[in-house]
Amino acid sequence: MSHSNTSGRADPPPAIEVRNLTKAFGDLVAVDKISFSIASGEIFGLLGPNGAGKTTTISMLATIQRPTSGTATINGYDIVGQEDDVRRSIGIVFQEQSLDEELTAYENMDFHGRLYRISGEERRRRIDELLTLVGLSDRKNSLVKTYSGGMRRRLEIARGLLHEPKILFLDEPTLGLDPQTRNHLWEYIARLNEEKGITIILTTHYMEEADRLCDRVAIIDRGTIVVLDTAENLKNSIGGDIVTITSPDPDAIAGLLTAPWISAIEQHDGSVTIHLQEADRHIPGIVTAIHQSGIGITSLSVRKPTLEDVFLHYTGRTIRDEGADSKESMRMAHRARRR
Amino acid sequence: MDIVYTIWLRSVRLYLRSKSRIIGSLGMPLFLMLVLGFGLDAVVQIPGMEEGYMDFLIPGIVAMSVLFTSIFSGIQIIWDKRFGFLKATLVAPVSRLEIMIGQTLGGATAAVIQGLILMVLALLIGLHPISITGFLIAIGFMALIGVTFTALGIAIASRMEDMHGFQLIMNFIIFLIFGLSGALFPIDGVPDYIRPLTLADPLTYGVEGIRYGLSGTAQIHPLTCLVVLAASAALMIVVGAYLFRKIES
Repeated sequence: MSHSNTSGRADPPPAIEVRNLTKAFGDLVAVDKISFSIASGEIFGLLGPNGAGKTTTISMLATIQRPTSGTATINGYDIVGQEDDVRRSIGIVFQEQSLDEELTAYENMDFHGRLYRISGEERRRRIDELLTLVGLSDRKNSLVKTYSGGMRRRLEIARGLLHEPKILFLDEPTLGLDPQTRNHLWEYIARLNEEKGITIILTTHYMEEADRLCDRVAIIDRGTIVVLDTAENLKNSIGGDIVTITSPDPDAIAGLLTAPWISAIEQHDGSVTIHLQEADRHIPGIVTAIHQSGIGITSLSVRKPTLEDVFLHYTGRTIRDEGADSKESMRMAHRARRR
Repeated sequence: MDIVYTIWLRSVRLYLRSKSRIIGSLGMPLFLMLVLGFGLDAVVQIPGMEEGYMDFLIPGIVAMSVLFTSIFSGIQIIWDKRFGFLKATLVAPVSRLEIMIGQTLGGATAAVIQGLILMVLALLIGLHPISITGFLIAIGFMALIGVTFTALGIAIASRMEDMHGFQLIMNFIIFLIFGLSGALFPIDGVPDYIRPLTLADPLTYGVEGIRYGLSGTAQIHPLTCLVVLAASAALMIVVGAYLFRKIES
């Protein structure tokens, strides 16, 4: 479980190796020939809108769904044919809650520990240790239905770690949590990775989450990986700073600006996004040029690129275009009703 | 075996924790016992039985209670499916057969406990058990009914996406099984065109078995009951396990 970078040997075998993995539901190809490899000890993010194929990918890697074609190995085991070895190697936190609300936190953990055949003494020790780690030990004998969303999430993570997996799958780990809880959880996940050396693969549609947590990010859209690199490289790849201008006549602005220091111009719903190096120096020139052509400027902003811009750049859409917001709020409303 | 025990333990724990369900499900059987039992005791004479209708009826109502509890226990996995708990179980390195068997035994245990509570209450109403052995025989048959119909519940739940079909199951399956069995009437008096259905109903053999245990008289030989009911239990486990294996999680 250690980072073996210091061993002096060649690269350790990858924790996850995916080759042309494909899943089709009838005519719909949810995941289309994706390939990537995750190093041991890495935090790897699958970033994309809802419906991009993230959960389907995770489900295949976790042996919940069988791939239509392609292969993948987890911890050296094939996801088709060595399911039980794969299952022993991974812990998983599902997007939807998967606890038994009528049992206590301790009982949920105990049930899970028994399923993984952890012997009695060892099981009790680990449960106590993990519940302390996620800060739930004082509530361990309360029924889970009395828990808040954040507490449930932490319990699920603790449960996912109980059998000491080499690789932890987190499917939208902070979905529906308040910003403060989300921050805590991020710190917690980062610490887990650092201290225990656990390889983590997470899916998210929160840019900030991918940016803050992940060593590398794969942007996934419509079942394919559009681009894969470190967050830093991805942001640099789209070229320097970003100037966004909203105007009544964006077409004219896009046609007007042709200077060589502009690396790209994109238009989205009444606004023009300009990628350029050293924005501070060029802004006066841009504004003057637009002004002299008699085009109005409603607003103008300058900023460093985020993963949102990266997504926009590579897919031509914002990540929210797919209605992630409405879907998410529907799901949350659904959850609230269940309680 | 550990896994079967683990699933069983959770199932029984959940049952014992749902006090309202335990008490609530005693309502209808008790009501039937009192109304039908006292109402018909004076007017109905079962041929070949010395005691009144109440003694005839109680084993049938106990069997009904076991039937209801076990089918509900089996169908419970729809909730596990909906609330994601089943997914977490299925992703563990355990076989589905172990999960299914554990669930079946757990449901059967809950059903037997429910039947026992009712039997104890029936002692107050007018049940006169003939012997301890008879009592144990009755419990044995209750366990077999429990296994048969929990497995049936699991089989049904494996094919159901949500609770929408629930009412249908209540009306058609449960009441058909209950109504056709000899729980309320002696099977000798059944018209010829219904008789084959009654004899095809596994619960009939459960009811007769319990009746043999509690009152010493039955219209079907207790060994026949045992063989047929045990075979039904085995068949239901096979069917349930087959359908449960095909659940897409």
